Amino acid sequence: MTELLAARQVKLGDAIKTGLVAGIVAIFVSAIGMVQRFDSRIIFSSVTFSYVLLIGIFAGSGYQAARPPLRLEGYEAPKAGVRNVLAGLLAGTAGGILLALFILVAGTANLRPIFPNISPELVEILAFGRELGLGATLAALAAAVLGLLGGALQLVPQRLKKAIGGTFLWIVLFALLRGVLAPVTRGLGITSLTDLLYERQGLSIAGLVAVAVVVFSSYFFLAGRVRAARGGLERLPENRRRIVVLAGLAVVTLFLGAIPQVVGVFLSEVLSAAGIFLLMALGLNIVVGFAGLLDLGYVAFFAVGAYTTAVLTSPISPRFTPELTFWAALPFVILTAAIAGIMVGTPVLRMRGDYLAIVTLGFGEIARLLFLSDWLEPTFGAARGIRRVPDIALGPIVMKGPQDYYYAILLFVLLAAYVSWALQESRIGRAWMAMREDESVAEAMGVNIVAAKLWAFVIGAIIASFGGALFATRIGSVFPQTFSVVVSVTILVLVIVGGLASIPGVMLGALALVALPELLREFEQFRFLIYGALLIFMMLKRPEGLIPSRRRTRELHEEEVEQDAWLKAEAAKQEAN
Amino acid sequence: MSSSETSPILELREVTTHYGPIQVLKEVNVEIRAGEIVCLLGGNASGKTTTLKTILGYVEPTEGQVLLDGEAINGIATDDRVNKGISMVPENRRLFKRMTVMENLQLGAYLRRDKDEIGQDMERVFDLFPRVKERLSQRAGTLSGGEQQMVAVGRALMARPKVLLMDEPSMGLAPVLVAQNFEIIEQINEQGTAVFVVEQNANMALSIADRGYVLQTGRIVLADTAQGLLNNPQMRQAYLGEI
Repeated sequence: MTELLAARQVKLGDAIKTGLVAGIVAIFVSAIGMVQRFDSRIIFSSVTFSYVLLIGIFAGSGYQAARPPLRLEGYEAPKAGVRNVLAGLLAGTAGGILLALFILVAGTANLRPIFPNISPELVEILAFGRELGLGATLAALAAAVLGLLGGALQLVPQRLKKAIGGTFLWIVLFALLRGVLAPVTRGLGITSLTDLLYERQGLSIAGLVAVAVVVFSSYFFLAGRVRAARGGLERLPENRRRIVVLAGLAVVTLFLGAIPQVVGVFLSEVLSAAGIFLLMALGLNIVVGFAGLLDLGYVAFFAVGAYTTAVLTSPISPRFTPELTFWAALPFVILTAAIAGIMVGTPVLRMRGDYLAIVTLGFGEIARLLFLSDWLEPTFGAARGIRRVPDIALGPIVMKGPQDYYYAILLFVLLAAYVSWALQESRIGRAWMAMREDESVAEAMGVNIVAAKLWAFVIGAIIASFGGALFATRIGSVFPQTFSVVVSVTILVLVIVGGLASIPGVMLGALALVALPELLREFEQFRFLIYGALLIFMMLKRPEGLIPSRRRTRELHEEEVEQDAWLKAEAAKQEAN
Repeated sequence: MSSSETSPILELREVTTHYGPIQVLKEVNVEIRAGEIVCLLGGNASGKTTTLKTILGYVEPTEGQVLLDGEAINGIATDDRVNKGISMVPENRRLFKRMTVMENLQLGAYLRRDKDEIGQDMERVFDLFPRVKERLSQRAGTLSGGEQQMVAVGRALMARPKVLLMDEPSMGLAPVLVAQNFEIIEQINEQGTAVFVVEQNANMALSIADRGYVLQTGRIVLADTAQGLLNNPQMRQAYLGEI
């Protein structure tokens, strides 16, 4: 066995760089008005959400700066020590100084003509309401301390680290989600719980402690148990495992069914909106995640579903008014969506990667422009759209209101989830997988590439058209402006952040990214900024998504393995010298 | 082994192939009979890979015919040709690197629905390559070059082909492995599969082949038994590294 080289250490220069980046980010979120906007939401006592944001930025920079370098073959494993904490401190200090300078400049010069959001109120928030010089110093000091703490977090064992981070996140979430919890406790008749957790604004002391204790202990003691339980499940014999899985599904279904009764109208409305996006994310996941076809014009199929439904069901649809019911219109929706899928899929059969993305982007816009055009105005009403799309009726029961719609949407979401799961395990699923890896070799194995691609487009299109149909009846009207490229991009973000090709990941992504901004109005205005930032972060740090599919993780981290092997040789060379 | 009486399994008859306006193959005639190993030799850009692509239907010949068991297969989709019994080990192996070895083998049998017999063929592959069996759940990309070659051959065999096409099996392998590889080709052939090897390494290919063709700028310039080619002075000079 050859001697290992001394462990690589954190570079302090890089730590300062990380800190400066954090400082710039802090200034950026201040200058665009995020800090001031978030200041009205109180988390606990006098700590507002804007402080939480800044704490996150600086502690995060310290944590990042103190991260021990990747262990390479041929080197000893790095151990975190004083040097790592120092790196955190340096990062925090560098960022803090930058922020302090910003406070001084913003407090003395009038920047408002250029940056309307840099207001005296902002400076007051950043300077803790103190006089300018003192406030700036305090801000810098606070940042330095946060950097230090972030760095120190690298010293604690992994399990504790996760528990601390998780506790921080959950406290913030609980404070933010008061609006969600309140109707739930009301629905369950346990308002005393919310009374205990919250003060007039923000968490109460009792609430803070309770959340911290519960979250921390469950993180700390459940760590590893969940995985062990899953492993245990996988070891069970086939028939017993099936019983457990079915029982689990039954419980989940009951739970999902009970939700609208418990949470009330407003939350049902939010969940319905998120549900439609979730449905479409599941559909796009088949196209992008399973088959690897990057479709940026997915909104086209959403529009086709919505318009088909509107034309066939609305009593005032301009050209013809068959006035079908939602269910009678559904087969036609499926048919038109399938045709649309083939129409988009056929011309792009020979395209790959970037080219496919660009062309589908064009198709998405074409769809919107067609619905908006004067040419098709007699059928689709151009900018006036189609109104009075009737509600879904099941026999004599008419679905009115978000609580009823929740069930209709849930039905389709469950259907799409089941279809996704079944496809993944099927022959066509394997064909997609092979195609995603190497198209021409897949062809040489006998995979019919044309059919595989068209199936992906058609199934994706049909699921999106369900989303469109539900959307049209829920809103009661369709307008071309709704179907902009932003919808395609949003759905793609849900899929990527959740985890490409991972069904639970996509579900979580949709709920987190669509429902949360609906609930927290202050997020709404920064929605796409947050999506963009999240997308960049995920691509750099966790390309497999929040809940990765097992296979994708293998794919995305493969390069790291190869890189390692390459560096092994380099290390050996260094050693020889 | 070769018997000139049997009709060819795979035949190229006067095949001419173009990439756009550029003519790549000119009136190529090749025959592969049951039980034979036939090799196609030639330097870079001589049209070897295009010949394989024409056989598999990635490109269509502008003139001439490709016949499988005497039946013209021009214009038929690639997957149908695979279904009819042509299977390929691609150049550089090109495994599905991120899939497991097992999944690679399963994809080889993608078009087959006879579960029991797929299982038997899987066993046959394991007999041929015991190493592959040890690596079943491993990601194909993590295997060594030699092991990858085994999986690539195994994957092609899983289609239970009448004729196995091999594109440059010696490319990128250490000399020891190249020799091993050619032994395997002989072994597969002995079990009754006709093999068509496309190679630059003429010595190696001719040492196992029954017959060979030499391709030069898209034309067959020599066609003979392997022994005949090995003894051909022109051949010795141009391809067998003798001055």
